Amino acid sequence: MAAGKAARAASRLRGGGSALPGLVVETVDPRFLSNALADLARGVVVVTGTNGKTTTTKMLVAILREHGLTVFTNPTGSNFTRGVISSMLAEIPLSGRLRADIAVLELDEAHALKFASSVKPTHSLLLNVARDQLDRFAEIDHTAKLLADLAEQTTTGVVLNIDDSFVSRIAGRVPDGVTVTYFGVDPSIADRLPELQEADVRFEDEFTPPRPSDADGLLKPHDERSFEVRFGQTERVGPLVLKQRGLAAMINATAAVTTAKALLAKEFRQSGAVAALERVEPPFGRGEVIDADGQPLELVLVKNPAGFTVALGTYGNAPVTTMVAINDNYADGRDVSWLYDVSFESLREKGVALTSGVRAYDMALRLKYDDVAVAEVEPDLGVALERFLTAYRNEPKRIFCTYTAMMALRRDLATRYGLANFGEDPA
Amino acid sequence: MSANKGRIKIVHIYPREMSIYGDLGNTRALASRLRWHGYEPVVHQHHPGNDFPTDAHLVLGGGGQDSGQARVEDDLAHNADVLRALAADGTPMLMICGMYQLFGNAFITVQGERLPGIGILDVTTQGNAKRMIGPVVLRTAYGDVVGYENHSGSTKLAPGQQPFGTVRSGMGNNGIDATEGAVTGNVFGSYLHGPLLPANPRFADALIKLAVERALCALFVPGLIDDEIADQARTRQVRRLVRR
Repeated sequence: MAAGKAARAASRLRGGGSALPGLVVETVDPRFLSNALADLARGVVVVTGTNGKTTTTKMLVAILREHGLTVFTNPTGSNFTRGVISSMLAEIPLSGRLRADIAVLELDEAHALKFASSVKPTHSLLLNVARDQLDRFAEIDHTAKLLADLAEQTTTGVVLNIDDSFVSRIAGRVPDGVTVTYFGVDPSIADRLPELQEADVRFEDEFTPPRPSDADGLLKPHDERSFEVRFGQTERVGPLVLKQRGLAAMINATAAVTTAKALLAKEFRQSGAVAALERVEPPFGRGEVIDADGQPLELVLVKNPAGFTVALGTYGNAPVTTMVAINDNYADGRDVSWLYDVSFESLREKGVALTSGVRAYDMALRLKYDDVAVAEVEPDLGVALERFLTAYRNEPKRIFCTYTAMMALRRDLATRYGLANFGEDPA
Repeated sequence: MSANKGRIKIVHIYPREMSIYGDLGNTRALASRLRWHGYEPVVHQHHPGNDFPTDAHLVLGGGGQDSGQARVEDDLAHNADVLRALAADGTPMLMICGMYQLFGNAFITVQGERLPGIGILDVTTQGNAKRMIGPVVLRTAYGDVVGYENHSGSTKLAPGQQPFGTVRSGMGNNGIDATEGAVTGNVFGSYLHGPLLPANPRFADALIKLAVERALCALFVPGLIDDEIADQARTRQVRRLVRR
């Protein structure tokens, strides 16, 4: 473990690379995880699914902390097992036991299962399944199976998305004695589900959603910003307004509230949940707003067709000067075919100022086939960002970017505008 | 104002079940390019159980999951004669990945079970435990072609069956003989997503030319299209992937 701490210090000096020290420890001691997480009084919660992991984890942690719990989490969006170990290293005494009441961990689908092979989660929150990085997961059916396998490994409670047939049917795989709780949208806004998930890969003929019980949280929006989460006929959390915009953020909050309520039981206070959620800042690159020379600059992470479609829908009614940065490294997904499963028509009126990243020309080409004008193509992210910030200095701006492009841009922006670094989330 | 030089009917088969890797982009690209060339594209989506449109000028199919393939098998068998007649008559077709396999003679699963295809392309696919995944560059009759493969099936061409291209980077049909895809008459099969057509406009226009000349019994009169961005996207991938 000392080796890992040294690696963490070294990578801090280099700036970035949040999974590197974890990789060192994982290699040195594979039992590290189970040892460190053993005996946490309130258990270990794993949050996984295709979209919304980082935001939902942050919200759930905020609610639990508001209720007085000491929570260990991996706040960097580094959602591989190694990332979890990396963030632990900073908080663990040399005895190797973590001092916390509960752990809430964001893990990607494959790593969630790998994690469960060394630590059985007490609770798991399964958000959704969508096409994402098919070069890694090959098939959506395979991703859905990973989540079901995780549910089988969970010892106390599983929280499932009631509206996503891939997820809600996992209820049948949950072991006896393990509680199943659902979150979802209120039936009155069922027509807005297409904004949250892809319909074309689901075959409704085989799917009847379960009936929600009083423990299940349902999202009921009042308008574009305000909403409440309903439990049964009478219980309500809200109305509340998040700092992050859009229906996707609201459903993430609904998942977080439902899970917190299941975890806290009688200790759960709706006023505490509301206060915590209203304070949560959007995570880095998930609709985070940066003050760039007096104008707002929004960083929006896009990883897959469902996520990009949701992002365009969320921001579509407020068009601003736009840049799109697409890389094709392993963490981005090496296949960029998915860009053709997104419709970019909402960008047509204003056009796109710049495309950038390794696949800058592929992105420009994609936009061309949707008749969206692109003013400039600049594959180099640093050059593109400089151009974007200076040429459009006096306008509100937005950057849609894949994961590694976001990391590079965020680092550059942190230097320019004195922002907190990754892993040093001020919230 | 684009002069309407004529209507071209594109049939996309099984867009719900067999299009999870962006192959819908091929349909988008052909429709846009037809419009830019001054023709009027009509896109028809064929779903299982519906009557197959016999007046198709161009037929497209994509890749899906195993569960998607299972959902289309019956409909494909039901319409096999129609598709074979259209193919024999010279209708251009482009079948990607899973539909390429189903257009072959058979797919042999890892367990040894033989699932028959419709036999338009003289190829046979063997299921593998290991997937072939990654970016691809081909040398074809239409110049360098770039794309992305993601398949577990290993495909062998029968003697005399022409491939679509020769692999310059990537795995192709089987990772062994450097062939990729198959061509019989105007029917093309390939593993390449990307999607295939947007960044390879020479090949896209070759399909359009075949469709136009068949549909309208007149020479294809191309419009002026600026393909600078497509050419940049393609040549950059070639430069990244091919060692000279």
